[in-house]
Amino acid sequence: MTTVDLNATKLDAEKLFHRKRMIGFGIPAAIFLYLAYIFFAFDLPGQAQRADVVNAVTLASDTWSHKVHVTRDNVSGEISFSIEGERKGRYPEGQRPDWVSGDEVLTIDLGGDHLVRYLSDNRTEIELPGFPLIEVQAEGRSVTTNLPEDLPDWISSSERRVSITTPEGRITMTGARTEVFNYFPGWELFWFTLDSPYYGQGIGTILFGDQLDPNRSNIAGASSDWWNNAMWRHKDVAWAIGETILMAFLGTMGAAILALPLAFLAAKRFSPIMLLRAATRRVFDFVRGVDALIWTVVLARAFGPGPLTGALAILLTDTGTFGKIFSEALENVDQKQIEGVSSTGAKPLQRYRFGVIPQVVPVLLAQILYFLESNTRSATIIGAITGGGIGLMLTQAIQTQKDWEEVAYYIILIIVMVMSMDWFSGWLRGKLIGRKD
Amino acid sequence: MAVISLSGASQSVNGIQSSYMAQVQRRRLYGGLTLLIFIVLMVSGFNIADNRNAGGFWDGLHQIGDYPADVLSEAWEKRADLPGLIAKYFPALIETINIAAVSTLIGAIGGLFLSLLGTRGLAKWPRLIPLFRRISDVMRAVPEIVIALVLIFVLGGGPVPAMIAISIHTAGALGKMFSEVAENADAKPVEGLASTGATWSQRMLLGVFPQIAPNYVSYTLLRFEINIRASAILGFVGAGGIGYELRNAMGWGQGRFDDAAAIFLLLFGTIVFFDQLSSRYRNRLTDGQSH
Repeated sequence: MTTVDLNATKLDAEKLFHRKRMIGFGIPAAIFLYLAYIFFAFDLPGQAQRADVVNAVTLASDTWSHKVHVTRDNVSGEISFSIEGERKGRYPEGQRPDWVSGDEVLTIDLGGDHLVRYLSDNRTEIELPGFPLIEVQAEGRSVTTNLPEDLPDWISSSERRVSITTPEGRITMTGARTEVFNYFPGWELFWFTLDSPYYGQGIGTILFGDQLDPNRSNIAGASSDWWNNAMWRHKDVAWAIGETILMAFLGTMGAAILALPLAFLAAKRFSPIMLLRAATRRVFDFVRGVDALIWTVVLARAFGPGPLTGALAILLTDTGTFGKIFSEALENVDQKQIEGVSSTGAKPLQRYRFGVIPQVVPVLLAQILYFLESNTRSATIIGAITGGGIGLMLTQAIQTQKDWEEVAYYIILIIVMVMSMDWFSGWLRGKLIGRKD
Repeated sequence: MAVISLSGASQSVNGIQSSYMAQVQRRRLYGGLTLLIFIVLMVSGFNIADNRNAGGFWDGLHQIGDYPADVLSEAWEKRADLPGLIAKYFPALIETINIAAVSTLIGAIGGLFLSLLGTRGLAKWPRLIPLFRRISDVMRAVPEIVIALVLIFVLGGGPVPAMIAISIHTAGALGKMFSEVAENADAKPVEGLASTGATWSQRMLLGVFPQIAPNYVSYTLLRFEINIRASAILGFVGAGGIGYELRNAMGWGQGRFDDAAAIFLLLFGTIVFFDQLSSRYRNRLTDGQSH
């Protein structure tokens, strides 16, 4: 008797072990197979060829450094100095960086004994350590050099264009112009552009030193010059961040206001008509299922690009989500409180106000605040599509493929913005409904 | 004596009542003020957004149906082509779903490690708990589009940048949710395993993981749902999949409306399908737990 029982139990246990073993090996095997399928479906072996190493290097070095261009226009003979080669970053007339010297012959000291000389008649001499003197003559649309046939890979030379890349800087020469790029670490002009009297002044001088601009006090002048900085556009960036947060705020709050009355219609306890209930729920499912992407596309046709379109897209999608969550919360309210309130002779509206609302408000607020934070992130993404806020500035900066330090700056700002919204919504939740633990 | 005490009691009742009324009034005042501030914020915010938008809200409101109507009417005229178009865009849809699935998978594995390493009592290196928490905070804060755009520049277009971008965000987001679950896990199995000389990974796999698996799977399914939407949006900025096809079909100018309609239909159907599927399984998982 006992032996039989034991045998049956043993068999069962063995079966269980077998099944568990199958699952234990089956799930990792399935995951592995799926990843293997993805490996080929996404063409990961080919990805290595598609990746652009030059882009990666530019990206990595440009985010923390800036370059100063020394450009000679070979037609007019005019020489200009500018940061990042932008008109806004050009040195004012009569000023130049201190590593450039000479009048007739302009000597550019790139550092590490790398010298470039701009001579008369569009000639250029380049002195590099461990390499014979390079002479280049620009004529019309072509350049002639004394470079030998056999060149190291950091020099590229053709009839139209000579380009030399050294660790200290880069030199490119075409018939029309000769250009030298000198690299420096740091985000130049972040505080003030070159035309501002406060450029290059320390914070101590600005706060406590002599008045630098006769027309303005130092602090007022410095803050206005910083705010209106044409290179880094602090004013536009602040507006863009404001727009993004505004999109999230309007979308979330508008959705909550719309969803609350609709949720009553969708909750079984408060809405006796089955058809109405089902219809409201289908509306929620529909606006949620259409998704913010399609709403953005559709709304942008009607309202044009801008923050309002983004806010409305968030509003529509979240009305569906909130409606679903709110109606679930309403179905779970405790009947006892409502009975207690109605026993005092409360009318239906008062029953809702004092019996239902106090029960659901904490759940609702927690959800709204959580969505406020997550919608800040969505608003950044939607802004990139519909054209508003910091998302748009980021996409534009990336698409120009030039100012990676600005891209890095925007990325840092976005992360700070999202994290502070996260902190703020957590703080507000703590204030309004008490900490969870 | 009795009279005095009675009057004292009535006085204190009066006092309580008046202070209660004062409190109620103050609360009402604060509530009213908060409501007022909120209304002012909403109205002024709406006006700012309206002013900075290319088209006004009230002008656009009656045009809101124009585009869907155009799309629907053209799709209806060419309704015979619709099955063909759906078949044409189906591979792109599969790519979008694949991006979401892989990044959810990678993100869940990453989030699992982040959560175990960032939870008090479970961490392998207790001193590094704040570090892993900050890492998962930062990963969560980065919107997918930021990483995707930078990676598209370096890696070129296609699904891989989107996959990496969504994985990073998912790992951060799940890391936080997972660690809230892991904090509530019972420590006794872990202690029991530790007494047998089990290594950290054995303690986690055999002691913690079985406790938290249902919640983890449920959160991961929810994340998968979110990631399908994210992967469609990233396609729109150049990362492949159905979003990319949608942008091409739209073309911002005169788009191909029958193509757009087919893509809308596919996307809507997919989102609703996975929404229902995941909510059904999540209910089953959390129900199973309560028994």
